[in-house]
Amino acid sequence: MRPIRRLEPAVILAVMGREMANFRTFWKSTVFTSTFEPVVYLLAFGLGLGTTLVADVDGVEYVQFVGTGLVATAVVFSSALPAMFGTFVKERFQRTYDAILAAPVDVEELVTAEMLWIGLRAAVFGCFPLLVTMFFGLDPEPTMLLVPVFAFVTALAFAAFGITVAASVAKIDQFNYVTTLVITPLFLVAGTFFPIEQLPHGLQVLAQFNPLYQLVELVRGACFGLDPVDALRFAGLLTLALVMWRLAINRMTKRLII
Amino acid sequence: MPAIELHGLTKRFGPINAVDGLDLVVDEGICLGLLGPNGAGKSTTMKMLTGQAIPDSGEIRVLGFELPQDAKQARAEMGVVPQLDNLDIDVTVEENLAVFARLYRVADVGAAVDRTLEIARLTDRRKDAVDKLSGGMRRRLLLARGLVHEPKLLLLDEPTVGLDPQIRTELWSLIDGLRSRGTTILMSTHYIEEAERLADEVAVVAAGKVIARGTPAELITEHAGQRTAEVYGPPDRLTEIRGEVEEAGLRVRAAGPAIAIVAAETAPPGLIPEEAVHRAGSLEDVFVMLTGEEAE
Repeated sequence: MRPIRRLEPAVILAVMGREMANFRTFWKSTVFTSTFEPVVYLLAFGLGLGTTLVADVDGVEYVQFVGTGLVATAVVFSSALPAMFGTFVKERFQRTYDAILAAPVDVEELVTAEMLWIGLRAAVFGCFPLLVTMFFGLDPEPTMLLVPVFAFVTALAFAAFGITVAASVAKIDQFNYVTTLVITPLFLVAGTFFPIEQLPHGLQVLAQFNPLYQLVELVRGACFGLDPVDALRFAGLLTLALVMWRLAINRMTKRLII
Repeated sequence: MPAIELHGLTKRFGPINAVDGLDLVVDEGICLGLLGPNGAGKSTTMKMLTGQAIPDSGEIRVLGFELPQDAKQARAEMGVVPQLDNLDIDVTVEENLAVFARLYRVADVGAAVDRTLEIARLTDRRKDAVDKLSGGMRRRLLLARGLVHEPKLLLLDEPTVGLDPQIRTELWSLIDGLRSRGTTILMSTHYIEEAERLADEVAVVAAGKVIARGTPAELITEHAGQRTAEVYGPPDRLTEIRGEVEEAGLRVRAAGPAIAIVAAETAPPGLIPEEAVHRAGSLEDVFVMLTGEEAE
């Protein structure tokens, strides 16, 4: 008899394969949004603010400052939100997880596969703002190849966060609290549109705990020069992803196994 | 070795004992119908057989595996057809099957898809998205999805609930085909006719327990009788007859607008009105006598 282990790669790939099969039916709209949104932000902030109020931030042209910062925006909106809504819909309305868990798949493998799939997608979408910014004069650098890696790890953490939220709420409209109280503040105080050094000291300290701020710093490092402290930032994101992964599995087990 | 062994199984949800000391053994190669009214604990029992619900107490052995700890191994060898349609509706018919063939680690996914399409008679619709299929086709696909890995044991949870009669008959012949090929089937249902048509043996479940078990014929002999007499008439008259018959020690149940006197062959001459319609005792009589619920 075939021995059955934990976290079997074939099973994780099969669950991801289900996501891929579904994604093929709606990828166009997702790719459209992911490309078009950074363009809109770049035009509005980069060119609007950049040409009228702010010329540069620490020697970086404002449009490039915003463009590199938008990677974090793309990552959080293509990981936390799809994880929240996708998980809830599959669990509650489509009963997809009932079907998957009736096969030889356990919750640990299911959650891991969902996180990896969202992480991969977000790693790709996270690069779009960077590519768009290149049209506004951002020079390609070899270290930019690290951006998808940074995006992937951060997206894993936010995917796990989204899954945890979805496994914890009773009704889908409770997501509004999470987006307003968690996602939006994290997104605004990440140093995407303005350097956090302009914030009051207390907020600056808090921003250090914002994974999106750490991602913004890492991406700007990859574009304009990395710093030894960036290794620490990356280690922080990796730890967060690991902790959130276990938390998501725990919450989903409570939700799915009655 | 029996395919399924359940001993003293209990599962509580807050104050409700959904499953309350359930014992059941299902031998290999039979189709067992778990017949009971809604809320009898059938679906919860099904969930415990796949490890998706953890019992509060009791023992579960499925295909030789102890559950819940070895649920994953057990699931690898059983197919599950859920009560609610949870197909991926935007994805094609064949992709739905291929995804599950991979989840079950089937070696030759293509062959498994072809074989199950054949069973579900959906080969010519393989490239269509599921939401383009009719209700009956979707139901056949749902069944086929549970067969991609040629399971030894098939769990069918209310396989034809909410379907119109023609689709139901179609599905019955499909399930009957599986049964004759030797797949062990545990099927929960609250339709008497479904149990009568498909089940080799029936376990009647009420309030979380198995209250009777046997072949339909055995159950009818034991819990109903050879003949049932149905009497139609105005309510007052029926109440009067019911009183007289029950006084003579016979059992009576409501049967829509009529009353049904079970084991009518045991009645003293002249007790049963002449206009009564006599018919053979049925599983429906058994069900209603045992559960006190009107049959569907």
